[in-house]
Amino acid sequence: MSASSVIRCDAISKRYTLGTRVAGRTLRDAVAGAFADRFRRDGRVRREHRPPLWALSDVSLDVAEGDILALIGRNGAGKSTLLKILARITEPTSGQARIRGRLGSLLEVGTGFHAELTGRENIYLNGAILGMRRREIEKRFDEIVDFAETERFLDTPLKRYSSGMTVRLAFAVAAHLEPEILLVDEVLAVGDVGFQRKCIGKMSAVAHEGRTVVFVSHNMAVIQSLCRRGILLEAGSVAVDAPIDEAVSAYLRAVETDAAADLAERQDRSGWNEVWLTGVEIRGADGAVKPATGRAAQFVFTIDRAAGFERARVSCRFTVVNLLGHPVATFSSDDLGPADSDSQEAGTFTCDVAALPLVPGRYRIDVEVHGRAYLQDAIEGAAFFDVEQGVLAGRPVSGDGRGDVVIDHRWTTPSLD
Amino acid sequence: MVIAPTRGWPALRLDEISAYRELLYFLVWRDVKVRYKQTALGVAWAVLQPLLTVFVFTVFFNRVGGITVKGVPYVLFSLSGMIPWLFFANGVTIASASVVTNVNLVTKVYFPRLVIPIASVLSNLPDVAIGLGLLLVVMAAYGTAPAVAILAVPLILVLVFASALAVSLWLSALSVEFRDVRYVVPLLVQLWLLASPVAYSISKIGGTWKTVLALNPMTGSLGLFRWAMLGLNAPPASTIAVSCAVTIVTLVGGAYYFRAMERKFADIA
Repeated sequence: MSASSVIRCDAISKRYTLGTRVAGRTLRDAVAGAFADRFRRDGRVRREHRPPLWALSDVSLDVAEGDILALIGRNGAGKSTLLKILARITEPTSGQARIRGRLGSLLEVGTGFHAELTGRENIYLNGAILGMRRREIEKRFDEIVDFAETERFLDTPLKRYSSGMTVRLAFAVAAHLEPEILLVDEVLAVGDVGFQRKCIGKMSAVAHEGRTVVFVSHNMAVIQSLCRRGILLEAGSVAVDAPIDEAVSAYLRAVETDAAADLAERQDRSGWNEVWLTGVEIRGADGAVKPATGRAAQFVFTIDRAAGFERARVSCRFTVVNLLGHPVATFSSDDLGPADSDSQEAGTFTCDVAALPLVPGRYRIDVEVHGRAYLQDAIEGAAFFDVEQGVLAGRPVSGDGRGDVVIDHRWTTPSLD
Repeated sequence: MVIAPTRGWPALRLDEISAYRELLYFLVWRDVKVRYKQTALGVAWAVLQPLLTVFVFTVFFNRVGGITVKGVPYVLFSLSGMIPWLFFANGVTIASASVVTNVNLVTKVYFPRLVIPIASVLSNLPDVAIGLGLLLVVMAAYGTAPAVAILAVPLILVLVFASALAVSLWLSALSVEFRDVRYVVPLLVQLWLLASPVAYSISKIGGTWKTVLALNPMTGSLGLFRWAMLGLNAPPASTIAVSCAVTIVTLVGGAYYFRAMERKFADIA
């Protein structure tokens, strides 16, 4: 371990036996399993054998004091598992990690918040759960309340808070945690934009105080502005360990390679999977292959379902994301408009856009399918598409300015006679 | 600090629990605060629960069943059994579900997991205090004054706490993997009540049976509690010794079992 390193991982591996991840096993299953084993010995009944899943294999890395490190990778690459091991929530199956210094982890906003308790009480409870001493919380109480902008509701039970207020309060407590090493998992993805900006500001302040931060996020823009070093995990192993820009572009290339694979075969998905996405197609006007700015575009999603999943309402939600990982716009079939209609084709969602307001460039779409009140399927980078140069309401759009969206507008210019 | 897979016998790491005593305090405080929120009668339940049970016992066991106890009114006898019993029974009921109910903490933040069942059992202490107050009031109404032995009550409650925790450690660790525990606990507590001398006295039972009954740690604690509060004869030393030994063995065994199972909590909960 070099003198300045505060985290050192040596060949860390973590295995999940898929069966054990299912919650709420009952004694009956265990008894049935024992019987099944017995029968199998007689060669009569064979149980389906599931291979173990290696969430991490042989991960070695060294984090120096004051490093601001981003862990990036697709769903299921092992980012969260690695954080959980470093945070001592779960044990590695093999290998070891050495940590020097007080470590705080923020894997979720508002861990342990209780709806029946007031804002004030939750600050104390949450602070204690995150590892703050009571005296520390008392000392920073006013700062926390200021940051959360919820002083008027301090003595109101949390269940009367809006979700935005709850998130603000939770982040405020977490932001005042002062460990030497901080592990953060995707917590900036919540809350309204103004508050998100405030949080990012706080995070970079933390980063400049010389503390060590390990950060997991899907938001490449935030990661690039906060972190100096990036580690790309792929299928549980370190694929790239490089300066942040290099790691991010490796990640974006990897996401794009995935999009080329058959959607139905992809493993980097989450959800209940009673219904799943099998195809995404983006068409331009008149069936042209590439959509263009200002012209009509059509997004088509095909889904398949498990036997028995019938007569259930399904909805589709997709987000257009730019190449830096910034979401540009979200479309949801749940938010009904007057012009929406039911499909004649089984298993197809079609979303028509009359005049595509995107500047020329490359975009990806992340898709979620919901059904029976569950998230059924979610795939990041389900497809990539290029937007060609075009004309919006008679005005050519070049796409060399800032931003991703073009808005129909009209100028009145001064005459300088 | 080194993070590595642990194998074989786990270390109990009691020093760590003491380092996390503030969290322990806050978890107890949370459970106490939340317990009677949004109930119409609130803390009155801590009085009503023993009072109504004793009323039912008095009607059925004493008036209908004809069970009496020498030297003390039946109401006082059963109420003085009810206070430690409810500490034990409520402790086991709440704490054996505690790891599952706190799963959001277990999967998101590190702290010694033993804190969870300990906090759950301790969160019943305010109810015990209220129950003791109630008992003293009822004793005054019957014209009975507590003896000096009342000073031993805290020590006896430690014994009850230890036996409730011992059972809870096993059940709470088991319930992470087997949710059956949720259905077993109410049944277990009911049967345990019948097997404990809460509503009846075992002073007439002698010989081998006395030793067998002493295997139930509540036999010893209930006898001691009545000795301390009502001045009844203390249970024989052998009974106390057996009760204590059973408690210690289950407690230590439970703690090791819990620590061993704990490795899987975050993965399977």
